[in-house]
Amino acid sequence: MPDVTKTKAGTDTGVDAGPLQAAADAVLAPGAVSQGKPRSLWGDAWYELRHRPLFWVSAVLLVLLLAIAAFPGLFTGANPRDGDLTNHFLTKPELTHFFQADWFGYDGQGRSIYARVIYGTRASIMVGVGVTVVVTLVGGLLGMVAGYFGGWIDSIVSRIVDIFFGLPFLLGSMVVLNAFTERKVYVVIAALAFLGWTTIARVMRSSVITAKQADYVTAARALGAGTGRILFRHVLPNALAPTIVVATIALGAYISAEATLSFLGLGLADPTISWGIDISDAKDAIRDNPHVMLFPAGMLSLTVFAFITLGDAVRDALDPKLR
Amino acid sequence: MGRYVARRLLQMIPVFIGTTLIIFLMVHVLPGDPIRAMWGDKAADPAQVASLRHEFGLDQPLWKQYIDYMADLFQGDFGKTFGGRPVSEEMGMAFPVTLRLAAVALTIEIIIGIGLGAWAGLKAGRAVDTGVLIFTLIVISMPVFVLGYLARFIFADELGWLPPNVQDSMDLQQLLLPGFVLAMLSMAYVARLTRTTFAENLRADYMRTALAKGLPRRRIVGVHLLRNSLIPVVTFLGTDVGALVGGAVVTEGIFNVQGVGNLLFKALGQREGTTIVGVVTIFVLVILLINLLVDLLYAVLDPRIRYA
Amino acid sequence: MRGAKSAKWVALAAVVALAATACGGNDSDSGSNDMNKGTADPNGILTAQLSEPQNPLQPANAKESQGSRVLRTIFSGLVDYEPGTGKLVYVNAESVTPNKDSSVWTVKLKPGWKFHNGETVTAKSYVDSWNWSANVSNNQTNSSWFQDIKGYEDVHPEKGKPKADKMSGLKVVNDNEFKIELNSSVSYFAYKLGYDVWAPLPTGFFKDPKGFGEKPVGNGPYKFVSWDHKKMIKVRKFDGYKGPNKAKNGGIDFKNYTTADAAYSDLRSNNLDWIEQVPTTALTNYKSDLGKRAIDEEYSAVQSIVPAFYTKQFKDIDPKVIQGLSMAIDRDTITKTVLHGSRTPADSYVARGVLGYKAGALKEQVSYDPAKAKALIKEGGGVPGNKISIQYNADQDHKPWVDAVCNSIRKATGVDCVGDSKPDFQADLNARDKHQVKSMYRGGWVLDYPVNSNFMRDLYGSKAAGNTSGYANKEFDELANKADKAATLDETVKLYQQAEQVLAKDMPAIPLWFYKVNSGQSNKVLGKIPYGQDGDPIFTDVQVKKK
Repeated sequence: MPDVTKTKAGTDTGVDAGPLQAAADAVLAPGAVSQGKPRSLWGDAWYELRHRPLFWVSAVLLVLLLAIAAFPGLFTGANPRDGDLTNHFLTKPELTHFFQADWFGYDGQGRSIYARVIYGTRASIMVGVGVTVVVTLVGGLLGMVAGYFGGWIDSIVSRIVDIFFGLPFLLGSMVVLNAFTERKVYVVIAALAFLGWTTIARVMRSSVITAKQADYVTAARALGAGTGRILFRHVLPNALAPTIVVATIALGAYISAEATLSFLGLGLADPTISWGIDISDAKDAIRDNPHVMLFPAGMLSLTVFAFITLGDAVRDALDPKLR
Repeated sequence: MGRYVARRLLQMIPVFIGTTLIIFLMVHVLPGDPIRAMWGDKAADPAQVASLRHEFGLDQPLWKQYIDYMADLFQGDFGKTFGGRPVSEEMGMAFPVTLRLAAVALTIEIIIGIGLGAWAGLKAGRAVDTGVLIFTLIVISMPVFVLGYLARFIFADELGWLPPNVQDSMDLQQLLLPGFVLAMLSMAYVARLTRTTFAENLRADYMRTALAKGLPRRRIVGVHLLRNSLIPVVTFLGTDVGALVGGAVVTEGIFNVQGVGNLLFKALGQREGTTIVGVVTIFVLVILLINLLVDLLYAVLDPRIRYA
Repeated sequence: MRGAKSAKWVALAAVVALAATACGGNDSDSGSNDMNKGTADPNGILTAQLSEPQNPLQPANAKESQGSRVLRTIFSGLVDYEPGTGKLVYVNAESVTPNKDSSVWTVKLKPGWKFHNGETVTAKSYVDSWNWSANVSNNQTNSSWFQDIKGYEDVHPEKGKPKADKMSGLKVVNDNEFKIELNSSVSYFAYKLGYDVWAPLPTGFFKDPKGFGEKPVGNGPYKFVSWDHKKMIKVRKFDGYKGPNKAKNGGIDFKNYTTADAAYSDLRSNNLDWIEQVPTTALTNYKSDLGKRAIDEEYSAVQSIVPAFYTKQFKDIDPKVIQGLSMAIDRDTITKTVLHGSRTPADSYVARGVLGYKAGALKEQVSYDPAKAKALIKEGGGVPGNKISIQYNADQDHKPWVDAVCNSIRKATGVDCVGDSKPDFQADLNARDKHQVKSMYRGGWVLDYPVNSNFMRDLYGSKAAGNTSGYANKEFDELANKADKAATLDETVKLYQQAEQVLAKDMPAIPLWFYKVNSGQSNKVLGKIPYGQDGDPIFTDVQVKKK
């Protein structure tokens, strides 16, 4: 058994490696069957997915959310930024006024909560997807290199991972955020990716180590295949499954982390509209006007739910033991 | 085995040095002047600022500050706060509080998490299973601070079942609510892990053997199934302990817990390098040690794993 | 508004004490309220909110409000102020009198005062204390308060080690009298003496200042008992106290809280007798939660937004534009809604309750008039870039009002406005100090001493250390200089009122609102907790009910 270092980033700050680790544990559980033939694995997975109701629920939700993120103007005519304190300060929701500005009520600045929830979708999803992409590329590459080459390269990468793993979320994000003068989506992506890549690196490293010991890799090497070819044609496709699973689940966690950043005063800022900002603003009104927090928090949870459920379904589909 | 442990312990040295160095640099990079900020919105007196800076060694070049700090650290001196109190004393007050909170959270994770997971696993595919799955998904998809505010609003303010804040960390009842919030996320994972392994192992060969031998169901579930299913769960819980020791900035903040998370948060706000480096260094060491323990425990639980 | 909360109002004495006892029993609006029923327990212990003081408890080392809250109970100074009027009241001093041009001041002490350890309070206790605190090597954060005194440069040079350990301007005449010679005339010097830093120190202090800071010995109405770090600080009534502001309770337990929410829930369940400020979460309903136990008091602090005059945007701006921006802010609505009545609209650069405050010093400039605002901005050539931002720190409750102000400006004038949030106070302060503010920033000022000069010279004087916006106006500087040199306090105050009208034309900042204390008291307290002008309660006058 290779030296698989398992750790969980345990800050309660949201970029928690928990879901990732749980998924990784399930995929990489001792004795977990290593993924054999790529064709049948992916093919089987799709067959398996099609027969899962939760997969369809999450897929439909995600399509809807992506549509909202892309074309918010189609879903509401109200302006999310302009508030009217004199008329609308903390007005309660009118739940029968479907798709109207006052459907979800007004917030503490007299702004339509419905409009803000709709317009906030884009930033939240961009953060989730953006961080996942960056983290998968950076963490995946480092993990792959460390796992495949081993030796001193592995030692260096693993120690760096150990160091970054222990860094407090708050400190790391503050350093990154202060390196930029504005608080746009890409800055928040950088802040979350700065500490988030370690989990993917670990998962990738472990699965590459497992994959490179497989017989077909030995065979390919015996046939004289070069390092690059072995790595990208044989090892990577077989090591990718756990990483993809972890990344999908992590995506939800990153959306939630953006909200936590806002809560700590470090997240996105006006004029960007995001659920995280709104949830954080609403915390002062929670006692008398819970509706201000309810809707953005509900949308956020729904989105995270959709992504995690998708990742979950993919994991189950990829794990032959559960079939 | 001995060589393996020695190797792992040796690996901690570069991590330790790297962590302290990086934190040192990061604190330095953050905008703000801790000495100047003592004057708040009012104007600071430059002569006094210079004198105080000298007092705390902040007028030295950064490399010198780092070397001085490390030299003191090897003599067991964690330095002083800007208020002149030893950092070790501050940490000595904060870590026990966090440990107590962690113990409460861990207990909740074990009892509820494993309980729910086992229940769902035994009834895999039925309504209970789906119910537990959806419950865990909902818990996972809520940001911690929303969970915290919600839990306090419902259980403390509205129902009045639990005290809303921690005034005395020795009082177990006061730690229940933050412990619960802190445990929720991991609890959901524990439940799902337990459920998965339970469902898997139910179909394992040894289960059939046990059943064929005519063992009573309670014994099969309680001894064979549980023991075999708990290996990944125990590993997960082990790593979670490491995480909990690091303190929880958000939860501790919401519930007025004077633990490590709170200490770190305050120190960050004051740019108090000594405290930040001290806390993080100890935290990283604890994580590394627990990782080692967990890996060793793994070998104990699963005879197939051997470390050379 | 963090940190420095300067002036000392606490030990506020005779007049209020008498008034409070006189009408304590027959408050007209008592009705069914049992707040005023019951008898006072002279030995009852009060519990009050505190968070851990940052520094040891040394009189000149409490730049933040927490440490000075405790210090003010343990020490009594020479003078104090009468709340509401800002008049000077003698405490340990029998008299403080200036010479003709206010450059030499003679202090006479009331004889027979004792420190809590039995040592007599003499002129030397004051002089030694001030010499020590002013010394740059002793690292007291408030050392610059002594800069008016002759010889200050010797103990506190701009660079290097001090040349002397005594200021030549301080001369002990006899046990109960000393003279203070100043560098130049300061007509309101006696007012400065009300601040914490001017407290006397017993001889024991100088042997071990650090150790003293852990268990201070003072001359005030309470004596220090214990400091259990991050848990509690206890002070008890000092029976040998000779001052006018004798404690009416048996002592105070300062309990440590890290969040306002935690303190508030303890107050509601009567586990805590006084809190600093109601948490924002409860601002809407604390009055219904607490009924008559709710406290709603104004204090002398002002919040404003300040243009950074060193930016391209505001470098050569026409003051009309700033006035236009000011008139685009609907102060009335914002204070009533977003701020839940926790502030009142400002009508002056000087906060209410300060000597020289003139109601309506700013009239049109602070009235909400979108049409006029738009016209003024246009007349002044518009806002360069047609977009402003307001810098604030996200670790305190500034976001709601910044958003509301921006919204108001956007709606009224069409000028885009966004909040520029810095993660914490240090980052915010750093950007201000280093002149890195992009457009405008939040400004705030809590009084140091209750004279209008404090709200103007220290902020808008072109050479003032507190002027971080780069504002400079010759006319104002000249008037301020003249005012400082005036022979009498009355004249000083009047000249500063003239100077305020210069500011009103030039708009170096947009005043928004004055602060209020929104707090509460437990049902163990008899009568209302009286407040000083700095927003801190007068603890000595709080009465605890007999059980």
